[in-house]
Amino acid sequence: MYDFGTIYEAKGIPDAITALMADENAVVLCGGSDVLLRVREGRLAGRNLVSIRSIDDLSGILQENNETIQIRPATTFAQITQNELVQRCIPTLGEAVDQIGGPQLRNVATVGGNLCNGACSADSPPVLLTLNAELEITGPNGARRLLLEDFFEGPGKVNLEHGELLTAIRVAKKDYEGYFGHYIKFSQREAMDIATLGCAVQVKLGAEGKTIEDARLAFAVAAPVPMRCHAAEESIRGQAVGETLYDWFGRTALTEVRPRTSWRASETFRRQLIYELSGRALKAAIQKAKGEGSA
Amino acid sequence: MGIGQSLKRVDAYEKVTGRAKYTDDLAPAGALVAKVVRSTIANGRVLAFDLHKASLIPGVVRIFTCFDVPDIPFPTAGHPWSTDPAHQDVADRKLLNERVRIYGDDIAVVVADNALAAEQAAGLIGVEYETYPPCTDAEKAMQEGEHPLHEACPDNLLKHTVSQAGSFSFDALSKEKDLCVLQANYTTQVVQHCHIEPPVSYAYMDSGRVVVVTSTQIPHIVRRVVGQALGLPFGMVRVIKPYIGGGFGNKQEVLYEPLNAWLTTKLGGRAVKLELSREETFFGTRVRHAMAFSIKSAIRSDGRLVAREGWARSNQGGYASHGHSIVANAANAFRMLYQDEAGHHFDAYTVYTNLSSGGAMRGYGIPQIIFALESHMDDLALAVGADPIDLRMQNCMKEGYVDPGTGITCHSSGLLECLEKGRKATDWDSKRRAYQNQDGPLRKGIGMAIFCYKTGVYPISLETASARLLLNQDGSVDLQLGATEIGQGGDTVFTQMAAETIGIPESMVHIQSTQDTDTAPFDTGAYASRQTYVTGMAIKQTAEQFRQKLLRYAAGYYKKELENLDIQEGFLVEKDPQKRIGPLSEMAMEAFYSLENAQHITAETTHHCKENTFSFGVCFAEIEVDIPVGKIRIVNLLNLHDSGILINPQLAEAQVHGGMSMGLGYGLTEQLLFGEDARPLNGNLLDYKLPTSMDTPELQARFVETDDPTGPYGNKSLGEPPCIPVAPAVRNALLHATGVGINRLPLNPQNLVEHFLHAGLIEAKTVEGGRQDV
Repeated sequence: MYDFGTIYEAKGIPDAITALMADENAVVLCGGSDVLLRVREGRLAGRNLVSIRSIDDLSGILQENNETIQIRPATTFAQITQNELVQRCIPTLGEAVDQIGGPQLRNVATVGGNLCNGACSADSPPVLLTLNAELEITGPNGARRLLLEDFFEGPGKVNLEHGELLTAIRVAKKDYEGYFGHYIKFSQREAMDIATLGCAVQVKLGAEGKTIEDARLAFAVAAPVPMRCHAAEESIRGQAVGETLYDWFGRTALTEVRPRTSWRASETFRRQLIYELSGRALKAAIQKAKGEGSA
Repeated sequence: MGIGQSLKRVDAYEKVTGRAKYTDDLAPAGALVAKVVRSTIANGRVLAFDLHKASLIPGVVRIFTCFDVPDIPFPTAGHPWSTDPAHQDVADRKLLNERVRIYGDDIAVVVADNALAAEQAAGLIGVEYETYPPCTDAEKAMQEGEHPLHEACPDNLLKHTVSQAGSFSFDALSKEKDLCVLQANYTTQVVQHCHIEPPVSYAYMDSGRVVVVTSTQIPHIVRRVVGQALGLPFGMVRVIKPYIGGGFGNKQEVLYEPLNAWLTTKLGGRAVKLELSREETFFGTRVRHAMAFSIKSAIRSDGRLVAREGWARSNQGGYASHGHSIVANAANAFRMLYQDEAGHHFDAYTVYTNLSSGGAMRGYGIPQIIFALESHMDDLALAVGADPIDLRMQNCMKEGYVDPGTGITCHSSGLLECLEKGRKATDWDSKRRAYQNQDGPLRKGIGMAIFCYKTGVYPISLETASARLLLNQDGSVDLQLGATEIGQGGDTVFTQMAAETIGIPESMVHIQSTQDTDTAPFDTGAYASRQTYVTGMAIKQTAEQFRQKLLRYAAGYYKKELENLDIQEGFLVEKDPQKRIGPLSEMAMEAFYSLENAQHITAETTHHCKENTFSFGVCFAEIEVDIPVGKIRIVNLLNLHDSGILINPQLAEAQVHGGMSMGLGYGLTEQLLFGEDARPLNGNLLDYKLPTSMDTPELQARFVETDDPTGPYGNKSLGEPPCIPVAPAVRNALLHATGVGINRLPLNPQNLVEHFLHAGLIEAKTVEGGRQDV
């Protein structure tokens, strides 16, 4: 038995926004895999729910005219992994979200929920951060856009006002074309687990695959929010591909991250993972870029 | 079929089709729902409640607090009662407790007509406490005296016992050359059983008696404890045990049945259901005791153990539960598994703290001591340059051993054969050589660990079991037992035993799976890997008597010589010359409806078992460790067991697989964590790392079948043993792979990385600002 007040099935994006604006106590429900847990735990007990589950306009993946990929937020993880466009243009995202929970969860939980929860351990943000993803947020006064990197404000806190909905996630062609990526989810179990550390890399090689034209690095659980490591990226940009890169990449990342000790993992352990996984993810991404298959 | 055949589980179809009914399936519609109100402190006293807000929730029927319950302390352990007051279980709690000893202690209960109202009301109850500082550490708890958890134990020491034999002095020994002395500490963590079905019961009154339907391993013991806790004559309590979704020892404990029984008596006999959530199950039931060990050994360069001394400190948590018997069992295994030339000395302490209470869990103290002892044996092997298998063969218990502490005799042992077979199957010798002196981030290793395990609890406690066989009109038989099927396959092997001894096919044996204390004969239940042994003896004895009754009736009916009659495959036969006389069904109809000699042929006996025997086994683990991230991958895992004759090889193998999986979780990932305030931190299945199927490698189980002279069918214990040796085998493989011996469970990545940093296998990274990160 779940202790919630009312549930309203919104008929469209404007209807959902109206329903939310009419009830400051209301909570957005989509896949429900986080919200219902919080209802059960008591943290959202008794709250009214506005469901956006049935809004067609919030679901699906498409390519816009300029070849920007648009992922709508109510798309489930399973749909993302199985999507042909994702597999062709941004396969790292499909691989990352396929490591979340188990099959049952991946068929209800959505990428929008994964972002809007603002959990530092979420698996989709690191990859989307390395793709320079941009969000479209729609509220009572219309739509606004902002970079995913500017969306996360603190643990469980995102740049979203009550009455606003995440309505699209966009990845521009310049941010995926020619890039090869890799995501490492480090967790204690091979399934049904949250990341002790998540590490995403995208890399674009220069001519003949001998230099790093561009690299991007992002983490889950390396700080209170999902984060990019711009200094580490800059430190290897233009450098020759080779074994020494990995150590340097990891060491530079360590200067940017802010992991903490909790009962889930110590700071020392997380730092070791940050160092080690940065290099491993970069190496795997370079191997993919060279057509050598994943590490 | 019969003994030694892989008969399909008798409950297989019911369980896989979902027709099997479990406690919650049977609860009557309209049953009231009880929700326990739990303390939000771990140490203190309840001074007062404010029930006003809670009582206003629609649907709330009654709220009872710790100030309302009978002033009767009662024990919760599912042991047979000891008629000797000195050996009785500790009665240290009431139905609800005013003195708070653990976080989430039972301080009040809400009864409502639905679960949501009960939960809402429970959350609205105001509680005023007097709080004391919580203590989670057993060593510290022994030093504190201001607020002992139980008045009877001012230093929080529940009990201290000593096991010793021979006389020796390490001072003198250390002067001998050719002798190596080694001391180390080992620690194990708190884990939980994680049975799928949570503790659940419902209780109602019928004709003035209290009926409790519950998911339990021990229905007859529940009956007694409910009677004790409520001050009711035991005959006024009836306990029914349907199918159960796992117990692993947590349901060898009388947890919430007494409270539930009391509630129905306060509510006019209306049915009340009490089901725990997963979170409540983690901290509010029982856990495996965390233990700390010290072991010091003197060993000769030829590998002979000369003397050992050590201690174990068992963290009991807030309530005595099974009390000292668990660490005492660990001390026994320390003595039994290896025999020292000069002697041993071992101190065992059980200490109350504010952690969740330790109780029975598969292996009963042995997984803890075997982790310590078998880790230590590999440390010794390394110190004297011995092969770990050879060292064990040289020093382990052999056939004919008589334990000085308990008198238990080693009637049969396949341990040496298990070791030999495992050595070959794993290619041990060449892998031990091949994996020496590796470098690089990925390294392999192979390790092993052995154990011995008793079968049942004699002579420490009573061993008794009863069986009843009733002839049906078609010649089939009903088999009624007090022993319980808890998922292990008990009903199937009991069916095989009865069929074998009577001489009928298993299809002619109908076992009653549900125990109802009104009709099930007395048996103390499923624990201590005892049922195939002790209940098996009762079945064999009863079936022999039943068979004799059938033969006697047949001799009269068919006018044949009794001595020349036999029952085979459901037919009465003459032995010499071999000839079928007729099916049992023919004789059964005569026995039921004869105008001259009608009788219901039945047999019922109790077997008072005054015997015990050792089973043995070994785990071999081959691993690959990813050093920079501290992750162990199991390459190969093999358990070899001597559990005597296998009644059902397929079920035996399944039992071993389940145990190995539990052992892997214990070794690699599982730990229930508590904060400084003794609040559980990860009491849910996301944060508590129970392995999934994705984490479980191919598991290999093999057997060496000895024919134990004391086992009813040559069989010995098997239920608990498979989980015991896995963790130390993995730990020893890691030692082999890296040279780093880790003496603290679980061997999770953080633990490994910390040790690898310390050992210099991982370089500590200095970051900007000159900060050293280790």
